Amino acid sequence: MFWALVRRDLKLATRIGGGGAMGLVFFLSLVTVMPFAVGPDLNLLSRIGAAILWVAAMLATLLGLDRIFQAEEEDGSLDLLLMSPLPLPLIVLAKGLAHWLATGLPLVLAAPLLGLLLALQPVVLGAVTLTLLVGTPALTFLGVVGAALTAGLRRGGLILPILVMPLMVPVLIFGVAASNAVLEATTPFAPPLMLLIAASLFAVVAGVIAGAASLRHAGG
Amino acid sequence: MTETRSAPPPAPSGGLSLIALANPTRFLALAKTLIPILTGIAVLLATIGLYLVFAVAPEDYQQGHTVKIMYVHVPAAWIAMGGYTLMALSALGTLVWKHPLADVSQKAMAPLGAAFTLICLVTGALWGRPMWGTWWVWDARLTSVLVLFLMYCGLIALWSAIEDQTRAARAAALLTLVGFLNIPIVKFSVDWWNTLHQPASVVKMGGPSIHPSMLWPLLIMAVAFLALFIALHLMGMRNEILRRRVQTLGMRAAREGV
Repeated sequence: MFWALVRRDLKLATRIGGGGAMGLVFFLSLVTVMPFAVGPDLNLLSRIGAAILWVAAMLATLLGLDRIFQAEEEDGSLDLLLMSPLPLPLIVLAKGLAHWLATGLPLVLAAPLLGLLLALQPVVLGAVTLTLLVGTPALTFLGVVGAALTAGLRRGGLILPILVMPLMVPVLIFGVAASNAVLEATTPFAPPLMLLIAASLFAVVAGVIAGAASLRHAGG
Repeated sequence: MTETRSAPPPAPSGGLSLIALANPTRFLALAKTLIPILTGIAVLLATIGLYLVFAVAPEDYQQGHTVKIMYVHVPAAWIAMGGYTLMALSALGTLVWKHPLADVSQKAMAPLGAAFTLICLVTGALWGRPMWGTWWVWDARLTSVLVLFLMYCGLIALWSAIEDQTRAARAAALLTLVGFLNIPIVKFSVDWWNTLHQPASVVKMGGPSIHPSMLWPLLIMAVAFLALFIALHLMGMRNEILRRRVQTLGMRAAREGV
């Protein structure tokens, strides 16, 4: 049941109207416009490249969030999910996991390629990719809270970024801190990475519990 | 929630426990006596406090007159943080005890907390300009207050986006609680971020340890701010209850075709 839900959401995400590919293209566009804004200086870009990738990943995550529960809310299948024997937190976990696989993981896989455009050194490329791999679940599951809160609102997609961006601040800080630690080699890499992993684990637990609670209230 | 919306039932007699206050009519009666008292306290203490600030309290040997901004800035910061804590308690009241007034308390708190946070930020900027030579520094404390302000703004947006008030209260309560869990993390991460990029010696908030001649005006101003804040909060709650009653009466009139 759990995996069936994950598979179903993945199928939906990869077909027409899915968010996965769009998020990726948005990620690419964001990384493309940054050099236009700050200038084509490769030294500068290689210094702030990790930050650009992280901010772009955060914004790209925000893009598809409102679709997590909105489609189900519209066609009524959310009520079926609420009534299913699977506990509601597990349903939220399945949907969040599928959303991360469809939108978060492609960003992680694309990050090394886009990092080349920003003239990142190979070791920094690896570090950014690693931090994104452990950090994007936090972004997704914090977003799940916002998506569950705004499910069924007509203007939900508008206020969702306002709600979740302040919550994403620590993830951004630790992600960029870990990447910069590798770049500057003056501070150790492990502590911010550990904190980022901790933030991710916290976000998954909090996101699943709070998401389930708000869906239950929205339905009843 | 239906209770808050219904037309005023006769106030039953009884003590003023938290449960007794679930009756909005009794709450309104209490608010009616408390608001003038608290307003009086706020005005009185603010007068005394401001007199002490401008006439008695010494000027800082480094900062001169500008140190007087502190007497507004620091109480506003305390209220901004305490307000969020109170809002989180109200959120628990909504989710756990389903106390009808907890919803109203939460809703009244969000704009109020945002206002005090904004006062804190603006006075901080006005103070920072002559002292640090800049309106804004990406210091850890400033940044975490800014994040707090963003969270208040998000809550206001959420309240205005959901039409059904019961649902809005629950959604806002969940967001408040997630935010409350997140505040220590934000604070910690911002401290971390700051120490990584610039050593703490650049901007030091501490200054000289505070002398009683400055501490007393500060505490009096803090109590004045607290009284003002509670009075405004009660007013906000009263307005919200009355707004819901007007709405209910309007819908009833529409249904009866008056």
